[in-house]
Amino acid sequence: MNLSPLHFCLLFSSGLFCIGLIGALSRRNAILVLLGIELMLNAANLNFIAFWRFSPNPENGHGILFVVFSIAVAAAEAAVGLALVISIYRHQKNIRLPEATRLKG
Amino acid sequence: MRLSAQFLWLIPALPLLAAGIGAFTPRGGRALAAGAAITAMALAFLVACAAFLAALRDPTAHLVYNFTWFDVGTSPLRLGWLLNPLTAVMCVMVTFVGLLIFIFSLGYLHADPNFTRFFCFLSLFAAAMLGLLVANSLLLLFICWELVGLASYLLIGFWFHKPAAAAAAKKAFITTRIGDLGLLLGILWLYDATGSLLFFDGGNGVLEAKALASLITQTTVGGLAVSTAIGLLIFCGAIGKSGQFPLHVWLPDAMEGPTPVSALIHAATMVAAGVFLIARVFPLMAADQGLATVPLHALTVVAFIGALTALLGAVIAIAQNDIKRVLAFSTVSQLGYMMLALGVGSWVAAIFHLLTHAFFKALLFLGAGSVIHAAHHEQDIRNLGGLRGPLRLTFATFAIGTMALAGVPFVFSGFWSKESILHAAHAWHVSMLPLAAGLIAVVLTAFYMTRLVAETFFGHARSPVAAAAHESPRRMTTPLMILAGGTIALSFIGTPYWPWLQHFLDPTAHADPSDLQLMILSIVLVALGSGTGWALYARHPRPRPTAADPLARLAPPIITALAARLHFDEFYHATFGQFSHGFARFADGLDRFIWDGAIRFLARLSEFAGSVNRDVDENALNGGFDAASENLRAGGKTYAQAQTGQVQGYLRFVAVGFVLLALAALLGGFR
Repeated sequence: MNLSPLHFCLLFSSGLFCIGLIGALSRRNAILVLLGIELMLNAANLNFIAFWRFSPNPENGHGILFVVFSIAVAAAEAAVGLALVISIYRHQKNIRLPEATRLKG
Repeated sequence: MRLSAQFLWLIPALPLLAAGIGAFTPRGGRALAAGAAITAMALAFLVACAAFLAALRDPTAHLVYNFTWFDVGTSPLRLGWLLNPLTAVMCVMVTFVGLLIFIFSLGYLHADPNFTRFFCFLSLFAAAMLGLLVANSLLLLFICWELVGLASYLLIGFWFHKPAAAAAAKKAFITTRIGDLGLLLGILWLYDATGSLLFFDGGNGVLEAKALASLITQTTVGGLAVSTAIGLLIFCGAIGKSGQFPLHVWLPDAMEGPTPVSALIHAATMVAAGVFLIARVFPLMAADQGLATVPLHALTVVAFIGALTALLGAVIAIAQNDIKRVLAFSTVSQLGYMMLALGVGSWVAAIFHLLTHAFFKALLFLGAGSVIHAAHHEQDIRNLGGLRGPLRLTFATFAIGTMALAGVPFVFSGFWSKESILHAAHAWHVSMLPLAAGLIAVVLTAFYMTRLVAETFFGHARSPVAAAAHESPRRMTTPLMILAGGTIALSFIGTPYWPWLQHFLDPTAHADPSDLQLMILSIVLVALGSGTGWALYARHPRPRPTAADPLARLAPPIITALAARLHFDEFYHATFGQFSHGFARFADGLDRFIWDGAIRFLARLSEFAGSVNRDVDENALNGGFDAASENLRAGGKTYAQAQTGQVQGYLRFVAVGFVLLALAALLGGFR
């Protein structure tokens, strides 16, 4: 099969996404879950850049603009996530996520 | 003073006002209650005298004052007052005798705690009786008739703590009620037949020619004329009220009331109401029966019942030992005489005897009351005796009353009134039986009255209370003297030689010549009776209370039967009484088992329906809903198991879902 540079970039970003997902799903520590989430976001950003770079007209900055916005949102979301982690810590004195089952129905 | 009939209402209204005052007077307001009663009666007497003077002017007129009470639909219900000689004479008598008895009661009931209640009831009775006398309407008469019966009940049962008095009051009321039913039926029938309840109404009244003519021509059950049937029904009321056979049983028991009550109600006035009623409706009773299939005159029945009662009362009286019972049966007998007089066609003789009887019987009862008061309520004549000495005034007046009742000739009014009755009986074409009964009763009357006087006043005192007796106070002896004077005075207004009263009452009747033979015969009979009584009881007075009565030695079974009042009460109890008891028991059983059973059955049905309802509700409906809710909750619980509370678990689901979605998109083509 013909693997173009775009394919490599996309494969790479998928792999990154999967790693991030696995990390988010299986880490006990809340911060590491946030890390995984950041990885997933960055994988998506990579996807954007890849498609921008290998698009027909790379001179307009649409792809980069998307990514800039995405990074800003990721930063805000990390802030919110950290605030949640601090809240959880205040409740349970640790940040082991499996222990946070108070919404169990 | 000229009095029109319009002001006749004052005569009953004044005692009614006194009764109202007496009803609201507290126990201690003796002066107020008694004063109101006596003043009202005195004023009523004055108005009655004025009415009497007005009637003197024109004795043939029937002055009426009619008015409409209220309208029933389109027909008016009219009441009215009637002023004619009969009304005037009766009103004067009732107010005068009533006034004297009221004054007597001041002394007799002095020690009684219920003094004010007594005078209230006395005034009520006086108002009702006077209302009965002045009434021009049968309805008003019936209302007052019933009120008089009520007053009698209240006064007989005045000492209601005594069971005997309460029972006697009940018996009087119920027995007269039986008669009143007949009277009411008669009144209703009369209203239906003639359309009017007024006696005189300018030509339309029931005692006037037009109504009487229509009543004579109609016939009813058994071929009797309607006027006869109505007359007999009205006579039923008189039988009850005036103690005729067979409804005489209440009068002796009525002696349980205080003696002034016995004097006023059961001697002078109330029992005379029956006689007055028949005299009032005499044109109806005497209406010609020629057109009826069965020409039975109501007056024939009246005469025979009157004769029977006269004889019955006299016969039972000879064996009684209670002073008031003797006088009670004497009253029964004398009322029989009055009915006899009405029956043989001479209502004037009946009213004359009523007037004289009122005076001497009230005198006798008040005298008996004086004796009872002096002997501290000892009423058995076997325990009295020798009271002639201590109770001089009472003895003198009682003797005058006795002589009037027995018919001692010439000076005493009773002789003349009885004479006129016997004379009318002698002139009756239908039968001589009433005359025979009347003559026998003359002997017996003289006999039992002599016996009473001898046992009570002569001889020696047979008990400590008789020995300790002393004369009654002036308040009690003055009415006695006035009544004695009246008894003698009345004898001058009705003799055959100057029949002023007869002419006044009925100016249209022709004067009857006096029957000298009959007069001599009755004098001989009176002498016979009194002589026998004197010989048996005064010559050899009873030594001890328990000694045998001389008559009892002669014919013991008869005397014991008479002393037991011929067992009328036992007979009525065994027949009507037992029947009523049985019927009441039957009705009770019917009520308890059948009607009540039906209702309980219905209740059980409702209960059953209710329990079925409840079962359906609880098990089917509730249970169904509960089960459904349980299932829902179980289902919810099952689904809730998916809520582990772990974020990473939820994320897992999202991831798996995303993968599946991507696979579907890849394999199924991008759509």
